[in-house]
Amino acid sequence: MADTSTAQNRPGLKAWLLAAEPGSRLQARLGRFYVSWRAFLGNPLAVIGLVIVVALLICAAFADLLATHSPYIGGNLRTERLLPPDSEFWLGTDDQARDIYSRIVYGSRLTLLVVILVSVIATPIGLAIGTISGYFGSWVDVVLMRLTDIFLAFPRLVLALAFVAALGPGIENAIIAIAITAWPPYARIARAETLTIRNSEFIQAVRLQGGSSARIIVKHVVPLCLSSVIVRVTLDMAGIILTAAGLGFLGLGAQPPLPEWGAMIAAGRRFLIDQWWVAAMPGIAIFVVSLGFNLLGDGLRDVLDPKAAK
Amino acid sequence: MSVATAPRGASAEEGGRVHALLHVVGAIVRFVLTILVTLLGLVAVTFLIGRVVPIDPVLAIVGDRAPQSVYLRVREELGLDLPLIQQFWLYLKNVLAGDFGRSVLTTNPVLTDIAHFFPATIELATMGTLIGTLLGIPLGVFAAVRSGSLLDQIVRVVGLIGYSVPIFWLGLMALLLFYAKLDWVSGPGRLDISYDYIVTPVTGSILVDSLMQGQFAVFRNAFSHIILPASLLGYFSLAYISRMTRSFMLNELSQEYIVAARVKGISEARVIWRHALRNAAVPLVTVVVLSYAGLLEGSVLTETVFAWPGIGLYLTNSLQNADMNAVLGATLTIGVTFVGLNILSDVLYRLLDPRTR
Repeated sequence: MADTSTAQNRPGLKAWLLAAEPGSRLQARLGRFYVSWRAFLGNPLAVIGLVIVVALLICAAFADLLATHSPYIGGNLRTERLLPPDSEFWLGTDDQARDIYSRIVYGSRLTLLVVILVSVIATPIGLAIGTISGYFGSWVDVVLMRLTDIFLAFPRLVLALAFVAALGPGIENAIIAIAITAWPPYARIARAETLTIRNSEFIQAVRLQGGSSARIIVKHVVPLCLSSVIVRVTLDMAGIILTAAGLGFLGLGAQPPLPEWGAMIAAGRRFLIDQWWVAAMPGIAIFVVSLGFNLLGDGLRDVLDPKAAK
Repeated sequence: MSVATAPRGASAEEGGRVHALLHVVGAIVRFVLTILVTLLGLVAVTFLIGRVVPIDPVLAIVGDRAPQSVYLRVREELGLDLPLIQQFWLYLKNVLAGDFGRSVLTTNPVLTDIAHFFPATIELATMGTLIGTLLGIPLGVFAAVRSGSLLDQIVRVVGLIGYSVPIFWLGLMALLLFYAKLDWVSGPGRLDISYDYIVTPVTGSILVDSLMQGQFAVFRNAFSHIILPASLLGYFSLAYISRMTRSFMLNELSQEYIVAARVKGISEARVIWRHALRNAAVPLVTVVVLSYAGLLEGSVLTETVFAWPGIGLYLTNSLQNADMNAVLGATLTIGVTFVGLNILSDVLYRLLDPRTR
């Protein structure tokens, strides 16, 4: 946001950013970023998504300050169990007299952890398999794409469930299982992008200069695949959150007493009819956050990957 | 001259025909091979998952007090002393013979269990797809025709919510509202206990069976049970189908033949429903099939919430009891069904769209 305000105050900067013939690589990059940023700001839904995601980041970073109670240690079991929302407990308390609001605030850290780790693990795998497959073609392509198809052949949640069953429940294993099921679409996209640029002249030029295949892939192919893969990863983040919450709900993700939102819903299920807020509140949190990632992903796609937007 | 060229021309024509035939056969062979490799891969994945389980299957059978000789004998009987590739071969042979082993939880062969539970899932997913298709296609068409209108915005929001809301949470909230508070529908399960065993199972669908046998009370009860989970799945299918319908229709409505039809003076309703939708119908069929496959996944969580005795509930129950044979059998069944539906959508597309021939 600071970018825009300074740009409006000093037309010189804006002119510099929008220069038709940038003087340096940095200027060109900043200029392109500025144009994308303005396009992004023109989409109110995308901005709402960004606000939600930033709010999640703030929530996770300052959970200690934002929470009003401990997420683990409950209050008086005799008088403070399953209380409806009031001024003391903003979203009510659960069966162990813990403040639901504080647990949701701390739970944002787990949600963020899952999303970040899954993308950090799955994106490089997908990029590597996709670019190698697309660049080398022939039997390498056949083998790697068959492998990708096999992983795509299972519904994601079901495959993740089977992996967690084998690895044992727990948030680390849930992250690994989701990452294993998340990479195939990224590989598909990276391969398609690689195929379109594999035979272009600048790649030929690097090859003629003696650039190795590894160098061409890492330095020239991957950067060009990155934006469409990033868009896809962002669009997937809501799905990752929902899968992680589903695993938590089935008791296979984060284990108690961790304040994972899906597991909190599972715990509140027993009191659904009389103390509905115990199960309802964490679900609203999951909904808002995955909505935020969906809106942000849609907005990013419109800006970074206009071909796919149609 | 002419005598010499005539047979050559005929043979060239014949050669072309043979060539085209070979081409088709080659394409079919490649298609079948691809399917076989994928299915083999599915089996390999479940096999490997089964092998990384930290539970020792021999100990699970003999107990930790068995003497070493018994332990080794059982290990040998299970084939666990063989090299991995031979173990896989054994596993593959068993799977092809329909032998997934026994479930520890139900003590039945896993295949019997799956045959018992799967029809309930099919019934639920079919109802869900019906709801999603019957509502989703008209909604998508209207959203495309009045692009940018309030209805279009509503369809968009419905889709966004469908992509963002946790299905199990929405299910719980629906149970709370429509079952506990409003009492419009029956609660979890497939039937009330008093209606059990009245209808003899024929097709596996209680709705169909009860209608065929004239048991209308059972039908009413079964319907009041299925309507809530089916609507829930239908909502997710609707979110997908309406979005795809909208984009296909927008694509068709911008084509020249639509302008031509309008210029001829054909009524707008006819242009939309008879001309545009008919051309959008081919990709839509594949979308409906794919959404059906997607509901298989959604049914895992939905069945858990609604205690619906389908394969999803069987899978999660087995998971919670570390019943690996059942878990892998159910996973493989769902995977194979998923692949089957994907192939079906592919084949339907080729059959229905003359341009792909």
